Amino acid sequence: MIGLWAALQKDLLLTWRSRARAVAVFAFGSTALLLFSFASGPNTDALRRNAGGYLWLALLLSSTLSLAESFQAEMEQRALEGLLLLPADARHLYFGKAIANWLQLAALGLALVPVMVVLYNATPERLAALVGIIVLGTAGLSAPGTLHAALAAQVRGREVLLPLLFLPLVVPVLLAAVKATGFVMHGDPMGQLGSWLVLLAVFNGIFWPLCALLFSRVVDE
Amino acid sequence: MPVDEAAPAIETVGLGRRYGRAWALVDVSLSIARGSTVLVAGKNGSGKSTLLRVLGGALSPDLGTVRVEGHDAMADRQGLRENVALLSHYIYAYESLSALENLQVGARLIRKPADRQRLLELLSEVGLAQRADDPVQTFSAGMKKRLAFARLLLQEPKVALLDEPYAQLDPPGLKFVDQLVPRLKAGGATVVVAEHLLERGAELCDRGIVLERGRVAWTGPAERLPSEGGLIVSRTAPRAA
Repeated sequence: MIGLWAALQKDLLLTWRSRARAVAVFAFGSTALLLFSFASGPNTDALRRNAGGYLWLALLLSSTLSLAESFQAEMEQRALEGLLLLPADARHLYFGKAIANWLQLAALGLALVPVMVVLYNATPERLAALVGIIVLGTAGLSAPGTLHAALAAQVRGREVLLPLLFLPLVVPVLLAAVKATGFVMHGDPMGQLGSWLVLLAVFNGIFWPLCALLFSRVVDE
Repeated sequence: MPVDEAAPAIETVGLGRRYGRAWALVDVSLSIARGSTVLVAGKNGSGKSTLLRVLGGALSPDLGTVRVEGHDAMADRQGLRENVALLSHYIYAYESLSALENLQVGARLIRKPADRQRLLELLSEVGLAQRADDPVQTFSAGMKKRLAFARLLLQEPKVALLDEPYAQLDPPGLKFVDQLVPRLKAGGATVVVAEHLLERGAELCDRGIVLERGRVAWTGPAERLPSEGGLIVSRTAPRAA
């Protein structure tokens, strides 16, 4: 646990030092939400109905930027290789990075909610439940996203490779998060919210340990 | 695993390593006694850095076996890394963190004391105490190299691998390296130095090895390396037919 905490501290410190990039990612997500409203046209009902989907699409697109950035500092001067040679446990390094990415994505998701409310006039009925879905959904993006960002960071064409590998894999997260968000925004008369949350939880339960196991294979020569 | 004190610190048998289709190391067999200091010389591209990176656990061998302090490079790489410190061309540091923060990250990850006072002493040894709280991105190349030395000292390794330790250093830095190698040796460490400055390197080391095109071309006492091995290092490579 000491190693994991040390790795997390390092990643949170790196995130804090590069906070200007987080602002840029938030601006990107907000712009995406704005563009979706233009693409949908002036139909306020359609905007409100699809607000959850747009929120998660904006978050997903922003996450590819944020995840790729998270390995920028690791590749400069080969700092990650240096930690592996110390030798640090690769699983600790993975969990440190993935948790830091999770916190960053969850904060981004929460910051985009007011933008969504203003642009789409879509106020969630159960705000606490929406926060829970964002926390659970961003965990599902962060686990495989961190692994794939580590993989993509080591090759040329990383900007293309990361979305190519990452986006198809997180379709279940997107689907479940959009459905669950829709239910907390517009009501859940049939009580279906729980099953989508279970899907998100199961996805996290599989991918967090699996990606931690695979991480050393990805980053170690 | 108990370590056989009589066994060599470093042993390679038929070591081969390639990048794509190009072999950087070919059939390298070495035995380096515990506590000795070895100078590895050779022209650019002769395989010196690759050899040190394989011995340090940064690269895996494609052929042959590598054992460092009794730990196999393939089967027990973590054990190997626990005993080795590699001073590489890369400084292995986060540019946005300060020198002190970089050392703190490393110390915490390997469960060494990470208190400010101890790390400041380390930075003082390499002449960086005054800049301990400055981000690494504001450092010159020589200062970054000094930070890499501090990181190596933090590890307290049994085997120290120094790849071109004199590169980018100012005269006080050169003197620091001259003092570091005997100090590591006095502490019981095995030291392997890859260096172009043959006379300077030979003064520090007991044995010499010359690599040519990834193969061991000469081995012998380090004091004879500048005259005998130096001929191999300085000769022009035969032109391809």
